[in-house]
Amino acid sequence: MIEMICIVCPKGCRLSVDQRPDGDILVMGNGCNRGIPYAKKELTNPTRVVTSTVKINGGIHKRLPVKTSTDIPKGLNFAVMKELEKIEVNAPIKVGTVLIKNILDTGADIVATRNM
Amino acid sequence: MKYDLIVIGGGPAGLAAAYEAYKNGIEKILILERDKELGGILNQCIHNGFGVHSFNEELTGPEYATRYIEMLSSTNVEYKLDTMVLSISNGGEVKTVEAINTNEGYLTLDASAIILSMGCRERTRGAIQIPGERPSGIFTAGTAQRYINMEGYMVGKKVVILGSGDIGLIMARRMTLEGAEVKACVELMPYSNGLNRNIVQCLNDYNIPLLLSHTITQIIGKHRLEAVVVSEVDNDKNPIPGTEQTLECDTLLLSVGLIPENEITKNAGIDIDRRTSGPLVNEAMETNVKGIFACGNVVHVHDLVDFVSEEGGKAGRSAAKYIQHLIVEGQEVTEIKNGSRVNYTVPQQIRLENISEAQEFMFRVSNVFKDVNITVRNSEGDLIKKLRRPVVTPGEMEKIKLKKAELEQAKGSLTIALEEVV
Repeated sequence: MIEMICIVCPKGCRLSVDQRPDGDILVMGNGCNRGIPYAKKELTNPTRVVTSTVKINGGIHKRLPVKTSTDIPKGLNFAVMKELEKIEVNAPIKVGTVLIKNILDTGADIVATRNM
Repeated sequence: MKYDLIVIGGGPAGLAAAYEAYKNGIEKILILERDKELGGILNQCIHNGFGVHSFNEELTGPEYATRYIEMLSSTNVEYKLDTMVLSISNGGEVKTVEAINTNEGYLTLDASAIILSMGCRERTRGAIQIPGERPSGIFTAGTAQRYINMEGYMVGKKVVILGSGDIGLIMARRMTLEGAEVKACVELMPYSNGLNRNIVQCLNDYNIPLLLSHTITQIIGKHRLEAVVVSEVDNDKNPIPGTEQTLECDTLLLSVGLIPENEITKNAGIDIDRRTSGPLVNEAMETNVKGIFACGNVVHVHDLVDFVSEEGGKAGRSAAKYIQHLIVEGQEVTEIKNGSRVNYTVPQQIRLENISEAQEFMFRVSNVFKDVNITVRNSEGDLIKKLRRPVVTPGEMEKIKLKKAELEQAKGSLTIALEEVV
C-alpha cells in the first residue's frame, strides 16, 4: 500500500494505492474519478504540466508566460526548460499561440498563456 | 463625470465585480487600476491550478485573468490604468473618489456606489522582526515572483524560503526550474499552510526539504546575504538553543502571510474587523457605509482565486441592487460570531430580509483539528446546524451554508464553532 496526495485539483485528496500481484492498481480515498488515472500514472509514469516564461521583444513585459499544452513525463522538466531558453518571440502574441510544436517528442506543445 | 459604480482595483475580485454589475443592468462602470494592465497578481502567477471551480478546467494565472479581461471587453465597462486612488469619501447618495494618473492628473470622480477590491500585500521582514544584519538578497516571495516571471530578473542562486504558504512553495519550484538551488523551506508551525498538492509538486518533486517547527534566528551578510541560521522551535514557538544550523545562501524569500490593504478603507471611516484586517461586511458584501461594497483579499485572504471571483461577483450583484434601490434596509441585524477554535467569519452580519434562499459563511479555524464538528448555534445556544469533518486546518478556508429557514432561528446572533464529536 502506497500513500500519496492527489494533485489533480487543489483539494489534495489522500490516496491509498495498492498494486496487486496481477498488476491491477487499486485506488482508495479519491474524492472524484480523476484521482484514479492520476494514481496509476503517478505509479507508472508520473507527469506534470510545466509552466515557465520565454523572452519576448516589444511586449509590455520582458517575459511571456508559457506552458506545456498537456502534462509531460516529469523527468523531462529540466530538458523543457533548456528548450525554452533557446527561443525568443516578438509581440504581439495571442493567448494559445503554439510556440514550439511537439516539444521533445512528448506530443505536448509549448503555448503562450496570455496576450501580449 | 458621474458613474453608477466605481471599482477600485482591477484584479480578479474587481474584474468579477464589474462584470456581474454590468450583467445585472448597471450602465456606467469604471475600474481604477494602479498597475499598467488589468489582472492584478494573476499576471505573475504563471503556474497552473486556477479555475478548477469557476471554469471547470485548470488554467494558469494569466489565462484566468485573460478570460475575465475578454469577458469585460465585450461590455461597455471603462477602466483607467496607471491610476492610483488616493481617497474615497462616504458622503451619502453621491460618493467621491480622488485619484491621480500621469495622463489626466488629479481626478475627482463621483459614483452612486463603490466596490473596494484592492487585494492584499505581503508581510515583510520588518513585520516578523528577524534579527541580524541587513544585506541585500531578502525579498518577499511575491516580489521575487514578479521579478522572475514578468520583469526577467533572476533574484539569486542559493535560496532559503521562510514560510510554507502557497507562494513560498510555488517559488521553491520556480527558482529550482530556473536553475537555483533551494536549500530548504523553513516553517515556524508544525504544519504547512500551503495546499497539499503544492507540497507534492513543488517540494517533493525536487527533493526540497520542508523544515517544520523551525525558524530563522539570524541573518548574516555585509552587502549581499551570505547565510541564515535556522533553529528548531518548541511548542511555544521559541527557538531551542543548541539546534542552530547555518545554511549558506544568497537569497531569502519570505512567504510569511498576507495583509488586506485597507488604507483607503480606514481613511474613509469604514469599520475594520480586527480579526480579518478587512472591512466588516454583511450578506451583500456591503461595508458599514451604505453603497460601499468590498470583495476578495481586501476583505479576508483567500486560498483560491475561484472563490475571490465568486465573492467579487456577489459584490457586483449587490452593488447593482443598491443602485437600483432593490436592497431592503433590514430592521434587524443578525451578528455572526466566531466561537471556540474559529478565528473569524465572513460575513460578520446578515439582514434576513435580503437573503432569498440561503447564505454561505466563510471562516478559518485556529489550528489543525481532527474529527470535529463544525456547529452553528443561535443566541440561546440551540444547535442549528452540525457538519462533521475528518480534518480541518487554518490553511484551508472552511465554508458552511445555512438555508433561510435555519437562519430564521438565529434570534439575534449565530455562533460558528468547532466542537468535539460526542
